Amino acid sequence: MEKQLFTDKFSYVFGDQKFFKKQKRIALKNCGLIDPENIDDYIYAGGYTALAKVLTEMTPEDVVKTVKDSGLRGRGGAGFPTGIKWEATAKQQNDEKFVVCNADEGDPGAFMDRSIIEGDPHSIVEGMAIGAYAVGASKGVVYLRAEYPLAIKRLQKAIEDARKENLLGNNILESNFSFDMEIRLGAGAFVCGEETALMNSIEGKRGMPRTRPPFPAVSGLFAKPTLLNNVETWANISSIIINGAEWFSSIGVDKSKGTKVFALAGKITNTGLAEIPMGMTLREIIYEVGGGIPNGKKFKAVQTGGPSGGCLTESMLDTKIDYESLTKAGSIMGSGGMIIIDETACMVNIAKFFLEFTQSESCGKCVPCREGIKRMLEILTRITDGEGKTGDIEKLEELGNMIKKASLCGLGQSAPNPVLSTIKNFRQEYEEHVEQKMCRSLVCEKLLTYTINDKCIGCSACRRACPAGAIAGLPKEPHTIHQELCIKCGKCYRSCKFHAIDKTSVAKEQK
Amino acid sequence: MTSHIHNQEEINKQIKDFIAEILKQDRPDSHLITVLHKAQELNGYLSREVMDLVSQEMNIPTSTIWGVATFYHYFKLNPIGKYNISVCMGTACYVKGASEILETLKEELGIGVGETTEDMLFSMHEARCIGACGLAPVAMINDKIYGELTPKKITDIINKLRKEEETK
Repeated sequence: MEKQLFTDKFSYVFGDQKFFKKQKRIALKNCGLIDPENIDDYIYAGGYTALAKVLTEMTPEDVVKTVKDSGLRGRGGAGFPTGIKWEATAKQQNDEKFVVCNADEGDPGAFMDRSIIEGDPHSIVEGMAIGAYAVGASKGVVYLRAEYPLAIKRLQKAIEDARKENLLGNNILESNFSFDMEIRLGAGAFVCGEETALMNSIEGKRGMPRTRPPFPAVSGLFAKPTLLNNVETWANISSIIINGAEWFSSIGVDKSKGTKVFALAGKITNTGLAEIPMGMTLREIIYEVGGGIPNGKKFKAVQTGGPSGGCLTESMLDTKIDYESLTKAGSIMGSGGMIIIDETACMVNIAKFFLEFTQSESCGKCVPCREGIKRMLEILTRITDGEGKTGDIEKLEELGNMIKKASLCGLGQSAPNPVLSTIKNFRQEYEEHVEQKMCRSLVCEKLLTYTINDKCIGCSACRRACPAGAIAGLPKEPHTIHQELCIKCGKCYRSCKFHAIDKTSVAKEQK
Repeated sequence: MTSHIHNQEEINKQIKDFIAEILKQDRPDSHLITVLHKAQELNGYLSREVMDLVSQEMNIPTSTIWGVATFYHYFKLNPIGKYNISVCMGTACYVKGASEILETLKEELGIGVGETTEDMLFSMHEARCIGACGLAPVAMINDKIYGELTPKKITDIINKLRKEEETK
């Protein structure tokens, strides 16, 4: 009876809105429902029964087989089958093995890992203990972003509480199995989300990726066999153990089982986390779960996979959300960031934004990524500044494809994706920027023309703000902008309180 | 001035004590980033002197420490202002106008990204996503997050902080 009340609490608190109706919560099952700082709450919600089950009823081989049969795949982005990783690590003979949790959630626009650790930290502790039992590891490390102070605090408390209850430490629950874990903090380097770079960082070094093979399962952290999974992957483990592989693989589609958490953000009515069964279409998640685009604006694109992903258009909205379909459509599943872009955004500028990010986050180890992305960014900057040349778009494509093939790690291999996918789907916008020096979304400042309309009351705010002295006019009389002096900085537009300055962008005659 | 020196001695002592604890653990070198976090927390930023101290105590070359400290964005090599403003430039914030917030701050404070005002009151940085995308655009001032910003809102916040300082 009480248990029933507890599970009903969800709809009691949140109502049965569409936002929740279409969701299926496995990784987020406890988030927002239990007190994350209270281990009793977690245990009351069924926590640690999975750990007890594997320690008393299952051999390590059984656990590996269950995870393998469930069809769970890595939720960090690449989607590698989790069970195969577990199996490979379990096979290694070594006196010391590690399990690692990748909580270096670097993708801008993704915050499910933070929410899981803040809302349900014990699910990570339990998942990792089960993983350690399965592969024969005795130590665990959570590599957590320093930018998440609350997550650090709650996970630390969870680890300490679990130790007190003998759920971590020596002879857990009076079994022969001993396991303990610690938190290591990142220090703000995006590339550390890559598994080998992450391990270098845990070792106290510069977080640069290593060449693979050897894979972490063979030689990982401190050159020992290491099982590394993402936060969301770990959060799924206890449910799989309790409910069985068959239950998990009954959710989702063909090769993508279970659920995926997406972080809806950008121009969408319901921002926030949504955990949906694999196989739902983009349209369903955007218009039903997400509630569509606010302010009556038109949908333009959806960006998935962060700086490694791509932009998909209206015509692709019926794409199913699973690893293969998203890749086929030209994007990736990624860690689950989903940014909705409406008609006010310029796709060339969005591509430039992502490239600026990857360029500054490139660790500099391999040439294609270090030099190639920089050159791509130079070309893109030229285009958005109105100095694009014929052939630039083709050059971007050529460079992009080369960087994808030749880079050492996932950062470089995927960095050109936002550019390549926007060229593929929004080529016309690129051509307008290059050939006609025009930005239809009025975003690229250098391509705009500023004029003053008849709402001007002559307050002189713009004249004072203009650093180029391009605005003339007597007080209380309409002002004018001298176009030949205007440096297109946009300061007048920001200073005007009367909406008296118009931004326009028209196709220029070709020389 | 003596109080300043005294203060630095106290900071150095705390860093030394922290390292002494670390050295008791397995694979102490792997804790370098942890130590640098602590040193920055105590000292405000990683000065050359602090790095030399860590080098001596941990028996790691300063060049290696410099390499690590410059690799990660989180470590600051110059003194920062009392209010450290990080403007989130993550995708969600960017789509919702983060660059406008940044421009406003540049004009309002008269400093660029990564710089500090002369009165040592404000520093400004671009942050990668701080995971508060639902509140975009956001900025973090020290440990506090300010959401759903507009150019006016951020100007008001700055002015409020300035006023607080004046009345102190």
